[in-house]
Amino acid sequence: MKRKQRNIQQFIKSPFKRLEVLFDLDRWYEIWVTITSNKSRSFLTAFGVFWGMFMLVLMVGAGNALEKGIMSQVEGFATNSVFFVAESTTEPYKGFRKGRVWNMTNSDLPVIRQRVEELQYISPVLFAGGDGSDKNVVRGEKNGSYLVKGCYPEYDLIDKSKLVYGRYVNDIDIAEKRKVCVIGERIYEVLFQHEEDPVGKQIRVNGIYFQVIGVARSTSGASIGGNTTETVVLPFSTMQQTFNQGNIIHFLAATANEGTSVKVIQDKITDILKQRHQISPEDKDAVFSMNIEEQFKMFSYLGIGIASLIWIVGLGTLLAGAIGVSNIMLVTVRERTKEIGIRRALGATPNNIIGQILTESVVLTVLAGIGGIVLGVGILSAVGVALSQGDQFFKDPQIGFGMAVGSLIILLIIGTLAGFIPAQRAMMIKPIEAIREE
Amino acid sequence: MINLRKINKFYHTEAISLHALKDIDLDIESGEYVAIMGASGSGKSTLLNIIGILDSYDSGEYYLNNTLIKNLTETQAAKYRNEMIGFVFQSFNLINFKNALENVALPLYYKNISRKRRNIIAMEHLDKMGLKNWAHHLPSELSGGQKQRVAIARAMISNPKVILADEPTGALDSQTTIEVMDVLSNLNKQGITTIIVTHEQSVADATKRIIRLKDGEIESEIRKDGVRAVSTPVILNP
Repeated sequence: MKRKQRNIQQFIKSPFKRLEVLFDLDRWYEIWVTITSNKSRSFLTAFGVFWGMFMLVLMVGAGNALEKGIMSQVEGFATNSVFFVAESTTEPYKGFRKGRVWNMTNSDLPVIRQRVEELQYISPVLFAGGDGSDKNVVRGEKNGSYLVKGCYPEYDLIDKSKLVYGRYVNDIDIAEKRKVCVIGERIYEVLFQHEEDPVGKQIRVNGIYFQVIGVARSTSGASIGGNTTETVVLPFSTMQQTFNQGNIIHFLAATANEGTSVKVIQDKITDILKQRHQISPEDKDAVFSMNIEEQFKMFSYLGIGIASLIWIVGLGTLLAGAIGVSNIMLVTVRERTKEIGIRRALGATPNNIIGQILTESVVLTVLAGIGGIVLGVGILSAVGVALSQGDQFFKDPQIGFGMAVGSLIILLIIGTLAGFIPAQRAMMIKPIEAIREE
Repeated sequence: MINLRKINKFYHTEAISLHALKDIDLDIESGEYVAIMGASGSGKSTLLNIIGILDSYDSGEYYLNNTLIKNLTETQAAKYRNEMIGFVFQSFNLINFKNALENVALPLYYKNISRKRRNIIAMEHLDKMGLKNWAHHLPSELSGGQKQRVAIARAMISNPKVILADEPTGALDSQTTIEVMDVLSNLNKQGITTIIVTHEQSVADATKRIIRLKDGEIESEIRKDGVRAVSTPVILNP
């Protein structure tokens, strides 16, 4: 019983004892003296890890910046969207020849809404103008050539724009076929005075007067069918009627419900369109569609690819640095055979020696690594400041705090592993070998 | 203090096996002042290394202060060396990037004595050696005699029972040899068992008992009282 109690007491005591050893300032002092008394040796040992960490930080920072830059380009664009365009048929079907030109029509919309449960938003689009020659948008003396697009209010939920003035097209505009328009920011700058409120003013678009209800700014670098800032948006119904487009739709934009793959609605809508317009189910080209989700996946795969490459190269460099530490420590141990032998003769236990070599390795590795992190982060910050105004494809290069902490832990592990073989070798040194007279 | 019973030591190489010590029986009492002499290869350094627990032996028994020194783990050996034995070497074996004070204090570091305290103690020992003003000099800035005195101060700092000196004057001129031998003789007068391996007759003459080794055996023994004893082992119960 007593023995059991003592065992438990020892068990409780021993970790504290170990902590005491770890936080023994004297030991750190001893190691610090050894490291600083041999500056060039310490520097050479540590340089590999310093460089490895520096490169890793730099590359991860640059990779993050590239990713942020790309993401900022597509930000504000619904990534779960798909777009449809009618193309000529390539298969004969039900008596129709191949090469037939067909159009999507208004009557397709309720059918799609009804039969595709996974549908989130859908908006038909009509295009006009924008070929750059006809000066189709006019206000008084001022004019310009711009794209004209007829949309549903839902379109703004797919290709999001920020309204600088006024509002976007709404359901009442559609229902009443109001002659209103939302103009792009660039058009506003051309047609209006600086700071002039455009809302309620009339402009002429393709020969017909429309009242301006809003000014839109693009939130995304990506856009479908022309830049938002240089586009006049009309209510879809108004545009169809005013420009005698009948009931045709040039372009169909749709998004899938959250949790549904865009592929699902892409296939369903394609099938419905084929069925309603007598197109062969085998016809691969008649209904052209572009799945943004899949495009986007390619982007993120690219990001993942770049990131993994960075980590492989970075960790490889760090590993090379660690092997360098190990290697130089090994040489160092040989060089220090005499010193270690003397320490042993004076009463150092093998554990003392292992502890010393391991701690030296860890201290050197961690210090060098922190140096690399600090220099890397410093350079990234400088580059970030320099680029803050410029190129959007490279944005805010920096590494996360989590990564910094993670790398410290990696450094600790690397330092320990790197010191392990040299420490083993040092432990094998017998005092008698070391102090043997030459 | 030191009792050796039929100590045998072999050195094995691929081609030959060298019988370095042959059935050595030796008793050294506490406070004795002993010189071990012999030609090179006679086994005198091997004997000193075994006494200093720096080397192991193949058969026999070695008692140090009535403790059997056999099959010790490295940790135990380190502890006994630290507590019982002070070493003085021919080439001083100071750590070259540590100054005199830090060198002297090093054994106390392995006794877990605080830096402040061990530096005070080290300074006392340096002072005894007349080296107080040299405490913060590196070994490379000291003369041979000074280095050996630093080494002796280091050997003394953990209050050892035994001082083992392996050719302590081998690297010194005759004047500093006398100085260093005076220091060692004074230590012996304070009651510390002192064993010196040397091939210099003048050094051996300063001691009170000279043991000559030849081919791994004790050839002869001279005590200062003039009695010349042949190597007949005196059996003592440890």
